[in-house]
Amino acid sequence: MKKYRMLKYLREEVLPTTMCPGCGGGTVLNVFANAIDELGIDPRNLVMVSGIGCAAWIPSPYFKSDTLHTTHGRPVAFATGIKIGLPDKYVVVISGDGDLAGIGGNHLIHAARRNIDITVILVNNFIYGMTGGQVAPTTPFGAKTTTTPYGNVEHPLDISETIAKAGASYVARWTTAHPFALLKAIKKAMVKKGFALVEVISQCPVQYGRRNELRTATEMLKWFLKVSVPLKKAAKMSLEELEGRITIGEFVDVDRPEFVEELNRLIEKGE
Amino acid sequence: MSNNVLRRLYPKGNYFMQGDEAIAYGAIFAGCRFYAGYPITPASEIAETMSRELPKVGGYYIQMEDEIGSIAAIIGASWTGLKTMTATSGPGFSLMMENIGYAIMTETPAVIVDVQRSGPSTGQATKGAQGDFFQARWGTHGDHPAIALSPSSVEECFWITIDAFNLSERFRMPVMVLADGIVGHMREQIRIPDPDEVSIIERKLPTNMEETKYPFGRELVPPMPIFGKGYFTHVTGSTHKETGMRDVFTPSVHDRLVRRIHEKVREHEKDIVKWEEKFTDDAEILVISWGISAKPSLGAVLRARKEGIKAGFFRVITIHPFPGKRINELGKDVKAIVVPEMNLGQLILEVQRFTNDDVKLIGVNKIGGVPITSDEVYRAISGVMS
Ligand SMILES: Cc1ncc(C[n+]2csc(CCOP(=O)(O)OP(=O)(O)O)c2C)c(N)n1
Ligand code: SF4
Repeated sequence: MKKYRMLKYLREEVLPTTMCPGCGGGTVLNVFANAIDELGIDPRNLVMVSGIGCAAWIPSPYFKSDTLHTTHGRPVAFATGIKIGLPDKYVVVISGDGDLAGIGGNHLIHAARRNIDITVILVNNFIYGMTGGQVAPTTPFGAKTTTTPYGNVEHPLDISETIAKAGASYVARWTTAHPFALLKAIKKAMVKKGFALVEVISQCPVQYGRRNELRTATEMLKWFLKVSVPLKKAAKMSLEELEGRITIGEFVDVDRPEFVEELNRLIEKGE
Repeated sequence: MSNNVLRRLYPKGNYFMQGDEAIAYGAIFAGCRFYAGYPITPASEIAETMSRELPKVGGYYIQMEDEIGSIAAIIGASWTGLKTMTATSGPGFSLMMENIGYAIMTETPAVIVDVQRSGPSTGQATKGAQGDFFQARWGTHGDHPAIALSPSSVEECFWITIDAFNLSERFRMPVMVLADGIVGHMREQIRIPDPDEVSIIERKLPTNMEETKYPFGRELVPPMPIFGKGYFTHVTGSTHKETGMRDVFTPSVHDRLVRRIHEKVREHEKDIVKWEEKFTDDAEILVISWGISAKPSLGAVLRARKEGIKAGFFRVITIHPFPGKRINELGKDVKAIVVPEMNLGQLILEVQRFTNDDVKLIGVNKIGGVPITSDEVYRAISGVMS
């Protein structure tokens, strides 16, 4: 059998992964490995941090780098301490929407505001996958989950838009049906000085699709392609037209003073 | 280099300062170079001092969005090799509990200061109290050991913070300092030492690749393969094997890990446990206290001695692990034990665990944010005698 080309970035002894067949997490793992490969990043210069959830298992323990698997919702706060201690390393958080934007939403917003040089890859599957498919802050209005048996009566959070407004240097959103655009975005996010978020809309056929007439990964990917709209096009659409759509593309790409550099400037002044 | 910087910035000598400030300076002398926190009375002065002083010694201060983020950030920074601290009060301490457990399970050194205030809940936000005795021991979930120290004076705030860092680095675990609003805000004279007078313990780091393979076992306190060195270390709060790899299904893996974590403290209890005792040789009544309440307790014991009452004084310094053995020995020879504390009876429960039924236990308990006076303790002592 041909060896997977990216195996060198993974801890072979813990494979195969625990992800369900068809899970979008596999795409994210693959694309991220390709991104560091194409950028030529030595994994010794990489620290990966994640919270709790299925998506949090993408980096941890599979990536062969320093990996910190933290408490639910807190990986960005842990990563903040790591980045300050190791300003020359790439500090990357990969975790779920529930983890990063639900319980951890406040840390995400403030890390973006501080503009600390961390890359966050937020895997949004619209659901709390690991705990059995409960409603998430990203679950579409009306969708069925184990805790919204009559349909979701809440409105979903637009994470990318929120974090772009919060002050991030780079924000992009793609789906697992756009792997090449996703690869490009992750590469850009990795080299961006400042806070970078890549939101990946990802399929969870097991906990989300099954309950919403999208039983297979293929059906979910087709649905992503059908409902996604590039940001430019979306700008010309009305709110009603955008209902139930996923906007994709780059939300922000700017340069602002970065937090750890500013901290180090204080030290230089002090000395 | 560092000692010269300290010498220049903080020349040895006598200073007049608050307990909170003394904690901050103690941390700096202990080598703390990363502080993350969130403001709360009566601990805020620690953050303020750290934000001013840390950049001067090459350290980092960050005000996080909350206490959960603060403790997360110090744990993250600790894995980069920095000595780290956060400080808070009751409500913030409660918020930190989940990640205190994470630090225990991942064997991460860090110092957490709780300048106790009056609760429950927001209680009397600006007033001191001693109500977190058990929160420090049992606040987080699961089976775990705990080390917590409590200072009684401003000078001790400095030294106990240094002890906390040393224990934390030595045993690779979080260590708590339980001060209180009164000691934190009180001003006293303290002597800042020459940095050479301070003994510092550094964590054990791996010296070769081989030693990085078992960061969570094989030795009672394994070397800590900090991040950024190319070791590819995996750290998780889930049950893990000696290599760090998750295994939540094998009972023996969990058993081995959690027992070893307990053993770190149990096996070295003798070196960790600290107390102070005076006039205990012939004591008929023993006053046992902790933290700020030990001050009026000693005052009352001195007065009792003057009046011819054979009173003894015992101050618990490490509230966890608890000097129960010594209390048990002393308890055999006394008629009564008086336990003054600013709560409705927490230390006294631990004292009770280590004393025989024929010893009379009398709590002097005061809440409301006002410190216990030595008169009040004296009245309890003389009440036993009459
Ligand atoms: C403090 C805390 N609350 C709740 C949980 C239970 N929990 C584990 S994973 C999870 C949801 C994860 O959802 P998400 O981040 O969207 O990841 P997914 O599994 O969908 O990839 C929850 C609620 C926990 N581990 N800790
Ligand atoms: S439950 Fe969903 S998100 Fe979790 S591994 Fe399975 S498919 Fe992926």
